[in-house]
Amino acid sequence: MKSVLFLSGKGGTGKTSLAGAFAALSENKVLADCDVDAANLHLLLDPTMEEKGDFQGSSEAVKDEAKCINCGECRRVCRFHAIDEQFNIDPYLCEGCGACVYVCPTDAITLSPRISGQWYTASTRHGPLASAELYPGEETSGKLVTLVKQKAHTLAKEVNAERLIIDGSPGIGCPVIASATGASAVILVTEPSLSGLHDLERILGVVTHFRIPAYLVVNKFDLNEEMTAQIEVFAKERELQMIGRIPYDPSVPKRMIEGKSAVEDTQSPAGAAMREIYARFEKEIQ
Amino acid sequence: MRITIASGKGGTGKTTVATNLAIAVSDKFSVQFLDCDVEEPNAHIFLKPQIEHTRSVEKLLPEVDEELCTRCGECAKACEFNAIAIIGKKILVYNDLCHGCGLCKMVCPTGAISEHPHELGVIETGTAHGFLFSRGLLNVGEAMSTPIIHEMKEMIAPKHLTIIDAPPGTGCPTIAAIKDADVAILVTEPTPFGLHDLQAAVGVARSVEVPVFVVINRDGIGDDHVERYCEQEKIPVAMKIPFAREIAKLYSQGTSLVDALPEWKERFEALYRYVASSPARQGEADSDVAGERHTQGTTLRDTKGGAK
Repeated sequence: MKSVLFLSGKGGTGKTSLAGAFAALSENKVLADCDVDAANLHLLLDPTMEEKGDFQGSSEAVKDEAKCINCGECRRVCRFHAIDEQFNIDPYLCEGCGACVYVCPTDAITLSPRISGQWYTASTRHGPLASAELYPGEETSGKLVTLVKQKAHTLAKEVNAERLIIDGSPGIGCPVIASATGASAVILVTEPSLSGLHDLERILGVVTHFRIPAYLVVNKFDLNEEMTAQIEVFAKERELQMIGRIPYDPSVPKRMIEGKSAVEDTQSPAGAAMREIYARFEKEIQ
Repeated sequence: MRITIASGKGGTGKTTVATNLAIAVSDKFSVQFLDCDVEEPNAHIFLKPQIEHTRSVEKLLPEVDEELCTRCGECAKACEFNAIAIIGKKILVYNDLCHGCGLCKMVCPTGAISEHPHELGVIETGTAHGFLFSRGLLNVGEAMSTPIIHEMKEMIAPKHLTIIDAPPGTGCPTIAAIKDADVAILVTEPTPFGLHDLQAAVGVARSVEVPVFVVINRDGIGDDHVERYCEQEKIPVAMKIPFAREIAKLYSQGTSLVDALPEWKERFEALYRYVASSPARQGEADSDVAGERHTQGTTLRDTKGGAK
């Protein structure tokens, strides 16, 4: 089985729209939405929930006021500024490292497991999906991404899938790195703007760092064709292979409102471009 | 006053709103701009700052002295992040997993562990359009962006109108950027993806009790579900930016709307007045409208739907 991961650096460039197109076109596949902060792929798939569970990402320090003698040792060792002058623990700042637990002379602090989100699997009109939802402000998105990938791999074994289609998150940090490990290929989706190019350069750095073969798609290329040309020059210099351009097409959000991918609309110019990209990519990774 | 511009979904126009707002009000207020989208910061493209200094943001990584280490395994047992493992005689430290908490050093009975700074990224500081500008930049290949955002928040200047460009999402980097703000402006687009992620972003802002306003960008491309949601949740829609090829083109070239199209200066000033004077913020001291360069003749009251 080969896995293809959609990344972009910059958000909102069309990762999920293209991943949704691949989901519709690909046969014998499993889908994973690893954008656990803002998972959207299911909105194109009409999912039916199969299984779900709590995700215990990390722990947090909890203090027993009755035992606390206000000695301040915990505050002294905490490197995350999570303990204030009155020795209250801020759950948003606490990283659950346990240093305070170790130094507390009266055993007033314990680490308690924290439910940071939920994972789920679903059957959809385009195949099985593994996805998740991270609760607001939680920090263990990398671990949840890894869990979603594990669930997807289990689903893939059950159906003997040949493709795993993974929708990634924006940025270059923790969840992106977690989604990139083990991917067979990455499709980078960018847009013709200075921001798009700037962010592409940084995400390409990450992908190169992990030595994953990468391909480039410029979405909404006709909104600024000079920038598109500039991006293509950049891609050439960096030996990043272009596998397609998608035109700006108002029918993309219209189909999204219907819960569909643009490739399910035979009239859509963007849908036609996505079909070409899919065909080219399939040839590439054979 | 502190205004954070955030969104659940990426690419909805956070940076557009943050940079235009900063430029539009910078003749009336002492503005400080913090680009906290440290994974992919873009505000500099529009603000074109002069960077005056750069400093490093580090975390401390453990280093084990193989001679002093007895392979007792206490460090590996204590580490909550599985960042240290002992396999046979080998000691492995996984830099990406390490949070730099220092617990391994504390528990080591033979003093075999020392700590050394490791750079996560940098913070660049300078000026743009006559106001203070800083941006965080996570090094490529590093996973942890939150410590950079925390350090940037330490730089918040008193008596300034601080505008924070937040990272997308709902996780800890985003909450670090939203927490302690007086107001969060959530930028979204009128599509199912935009709505879904807006709901998550509202959850984030509410979890840290920050009043929220919504800006709908690319208005006209989708449907009215975002507005209906805002109405239901009593969240004021403070501004709508239409989808127009002209606007998209300006954005793509790194030109701010306020600089290119004068009418947008007024609209972003109105956006500021609207969020600064909103009932959601009533009860807070008026002097909190910090950083005013001169006493204004008019009070900052909401002129209904001011910015629309």
